[in-house]
Amino acid sequence: MSKQATADGPSGHPAGETAATEPIDFRTDPDRYRHWQLRIEPPLAFLTLEVDEQAGLRPGYQLKQNSYDLGVDFELYDATQRLRFEHPEVHAVVLRSDRDRIFCAGANIGMLGASSHQLKVNFCKFTNETRLAIEDACQHSGQRYLCAIRGTAAGGGYELALACDRILLADDGSSAVSLPEVPLLGVLPGTGGLTRLLDKRRVRRDRADLFCTLEEGVKGRRAVDWNLVDELLPRSSFDDGASTRALEIAATSDRPDDDGGADWPGVETKLVGDSIVYSTLRIEFDRELGAARLTVLGPSEPPPGDAPEALAGSAAFWPLVLARELDDALLHLRLNETRIGQLVIESEGDLGAVAAFDAFLHRTREHWFVREVLLYWKRVLKRLDLTARSVFTLIAPGSCFAGLLLELPLASDRSYMFEGESEDGALPPSIQLGELNFGAFPTPNGLSRLETRFLGEEDATERLRELVGAPLEAEDAEAAGLVTEILDDLDWEDEVRIALEERASFSPDALTALEANLRFPGPETLESKIFGRLSAWQNWIFQRPNAVGEEGALRLYGTGRRPRFDSERI
Amino acid sequence: MTTLDSTVDYDVLIPNNVALASDARVRRGLERWHPGYIDWWMDMGPDGFQTSDVYLRTAVRVESKGADKWAVFDYVKMPDYRWGILLAPQDPDRKIPFGRHVGEPAWQEVPGEYRAMLRRLIVIQGDTEPASVEQQRFLGKTAPSLYDMRNLFQVNVEEGRHLWAMVYLLQKYFGRDGREEAGELLRRRSGSDDAPRMLGAFNEETPDWLSFFLFTFFTDRDGRMQLESLAQSGFDPLSRTCRFMLTEEAFHMFVGETGVTRIVQRTCEAMREAGIDDPTDVEAVRALGVIDLPTIQKKVNLHYSLTLDLFGSELSTNSANFFNAGLKGRFREHRLDDDHRLHKATYGIPEPSNGAWKTVEHPALNALNARLRDDFTGDCSLGVGRWNKTIRQAGVDFEITLPHVAFHRQIGVYRDLHATPDGEIVPEDEWTRRRHEWLPDDGDRAFIESLMNPEFRPGHYASWIAEPRIRINHKPGDFEWVKLAEA
Repeated sequence: MSKQATADGPSGHPAGETAATEPIDFRTDPDRYRHWQLRIEPPLAFLTLEVDEQAGLRPGYQLKQNSYDLGVDFELYDATQRLRFEHPEVHAVVLRSDRDRIFCAGANIGMLGASSHQLKVNFCKFTNETRLAIEDACQHSGQRYLCAIRGTAAGGGYELALACDRILLADDGSSAVSLPEVPLLGVLPGTGGLTRLLDKRRVRRDRADLFCTLEEGVKGRRAVDWNLVDELLPRSSFDDGASTRALEIAATSDRPDDDGGADWPGVETKLVGDSIVYSTLRIEFDRELGAARLTVLGPSEPPPGDAPEALAGSAAFWPLVLARELDDALLHLRLNETRIGQLVIESEGDLGAVAAFDAFLHRTREHWFVREVLLYWKRVLKRLDLTARSVFTLIAPGSCFAGLLLELPLASDRSYMFEGESEDGALPPSIQLGELNFGAFPTPNGLSRLETRFLGEEDATERLRELVGAPLEAEDAEAAGLVTEILDDLDWEDEVRIALEERASFSPDALTALEANLRFPGPETLESKIFGRLSAWQNWIFQRPNAVGEEGALRLYGTGRRPRFDSERI
Repeated sequence: MTTLDSTVDYDVLIPNNVALASDARVRRGLERWHPGYIDWWMDMGPDGFQTSDVYLRTAVRVESKGADKWAVFDYVKMPDYRWGILLAPQDPDRKIPFGRHVGEPAWQEVPGEYRAMLRRLIVIQGDTEPASVEQQRFLGKTAPSLYDMRNLFQVNVEEGRHLWAMVYLLQKYFGRDGREEAGELLRRRSGSDDAPRMLGAFNEETPDWLSFFLFTFFTDRDGRMQLESLAQSGFDPLSRTCRFMLTEEAFHMFVGETGVTRIVQRTCEAMREAGIDDPTDVEAVRALGVIDLPTIQKKVNLHYSLTLDLFGSELSTNSANFFNAGLKGRFREHRLDDDHRLHKATYGIPEPSNGAWKTVEHPALNALNARLRDDFTGDCSLGVGRWNKTIRQAGVDFEITLPHVAFHRQIGVYRDLHATPDGEIVPEDEWTRRRHEWLPDDGDRAFIESLMNPEFRPGHYASWIAEPRIRINHKPGDFEWVKLAEA
């Protein structure tokens, strides 16, 4: 029996069986924004933060002082996506606020104090991903962000600014930037704040130490001298000055002025029993095992002739639709299906048809729209990399893991490939490398998944490049090092079942930590430091009594009472 | 030592009772700040009267002892006024009176963990002091009498001294940050587009003398409430500073209350002389060259509601932190009989519920702003009562009232409501339509402005304000309070 998604909850997703409250709805559109105003004035766009105090995602706290919760960030994420896809004519974006004396006070503390550990962690992860997406737009989309701070940008408010290319601060004797988490809340500026101060803005480490303990932050000349902001502007001409600067950076963009934007219809789902059915993706739950089976569906039509044709049919352009649906699915699983510990990825479709799309995307990659689709795939794959679930890919007969879809087994913790013909006569499955596997989709460590996989093998890329375009059956795939294990018809079912059941028996905490450590070998990047170091320490603090105990700093914030710390250093 | 610091060293650039002579670091800091202050006074102080001789009060000690009064009166040119640093005498046994440190010895130095909070409190208080001078700088030109002009200037120079008081604390106790903040206090300017004052109400112009009197009655009274709570501080230098400031602030309240009383009195007298019984016959009353009582009521509504916003949000984390830390207490904390910690106590705030007002209990620590605001309202009511007594005695049937706390609020829990002065919640469009019934409109403002004609002859008063019954320092009626400099 199938029914319309809208009948089943705000996001069109089933409530996870373990969800204590109704599912978190992360889909939105500008007509429904409560907290942001998006104004397009080509080549600029203005994103104005004006948080509705009363419109928190959950009851029990007010979003005072332009503070944010997940709901505010869902809108920001939606806006950043639309700006990239719907608005090629936008070449620079100004983040701003009209609130008197406050730009943004960061994450809402009442919300953090009332949230479970799981929700805090996922909130921080999502906000981090959105800020990284802003940086990705600045670096790769020709759509650069500028943050115009009038009033105080505290904590997450300043971290939002840090994600932008340029930071302007009103020189009015009171506008300031600060990271007051340590002195006020006993936690860290965990949305990239510490990492970006040092690795992005190159603030000297001793000054960073001082800055991060100054509750009131830094303003005026010193903020520029320490490189906390780029420029001071007089308050009386602040908006004009910000527009002028934005126009200057917009002039460096390679985005078109006159092209139409992509279509961005809402993501549609249907619920069939306990399954979620998208147009290019299906999710079935095995709740006893704690697993979700994600089946990716290959394209049903050949790729368009050229990039403008792809743009004209963007609403049904298979790689874009699939990226959006995968993105939606991952967010839903993370936020609303916290007891589902394993993602089992499979695919159905024609290998050649996927390879054709892969080749098309590679060939037309210079076009702004195709570039956006590829960048989006990169981000969705990173979202998978950063999802705290065991990810196994099963490469079974009828599957189509070619090119960009091959990234899914490459991103997985393990992959199992079916070897030979099956008893029912289905042809043996193949996988196929494409050009996009060689650099279009770097992981958070900055390397492609192939480079990450064959770390230390200097000639691996050369060796593998020779295989591009060739369907590889199990033995060849195994020889090339592209799959974990190959299993024939006799062993397939049992071995796969045992692997999943065994996985389900391990400690979920140990698995999360194991996977997070094994997924990103090799070099460090700003991004990998944010997730691997800053977030890990933050999540540790989030568990400690000094933050969340009865007398912890986070718990007591707002009551006027002082925290009582256990002085033991760990 | 009480005896030492109750006298003031006047033989130095900066008069003081804090032994600046032996504190070279702070003295140098203040001497460097001094020229900027004088520049500020010349730029932003009373416009057009800097060379006039004004009969001013200057503090010479911090408490009166027998025939030795704490202040002396003499003619002074305002730029030559001796702005000094004066702290109330130190009580060596003083204890922290509230919060988590209650009963511990008061701090003589800034406790490290509260540095940021204290600095913020002092900067915000400090920012309001010069702001009102800036707001009132053009009023001298339309003074209704030399007496009122003198009172204006007295208020102004004392606000300037209060700035010095806060700057001393910043420079003495907050190192380089404190010096920077002291500089910023001179850089921000009321109403400036580039660097406005920190609190909204201090960026509005004070356009006329009725506004001035209501400002001193209401807004300076907020200042007094804030000083009263800071005078309770566990940080003893702040407490001592504020206690002495309160000595001067009392005069500012007096100016406001008697100013409005004299206006009301003159209106009632004029109505009686003209045989007008109906105080709401606005046109007839205005034709007499006095301010009608309904317009005064509208101005009361405006200034009272703007001032309530200065107390901050009714429910506030900051005020809870300030109290718990022992930095900012309640109004007359020392007279309150409770545990002075408030961890379990609650405080009721009226909130709308199904068309009626219901008192909702909140943690008392978070509701301290609401509590101070209620104390303020109580204090205001006494003054308003005296205005009404004047009206009653004149035989006029009118009563000035304070509007409901939810009326015309921009900050706090009532911000999004549209309440009438009676506390009735109405739809936004109705409120907007009826706004002119409750708040002054352009016509009211234009009328008041039309009365603002200077009266600079000794012993004379503008048509709309009565002569004072009690004069400063018992001077005669024709006393020349300000000797105007030749143009």
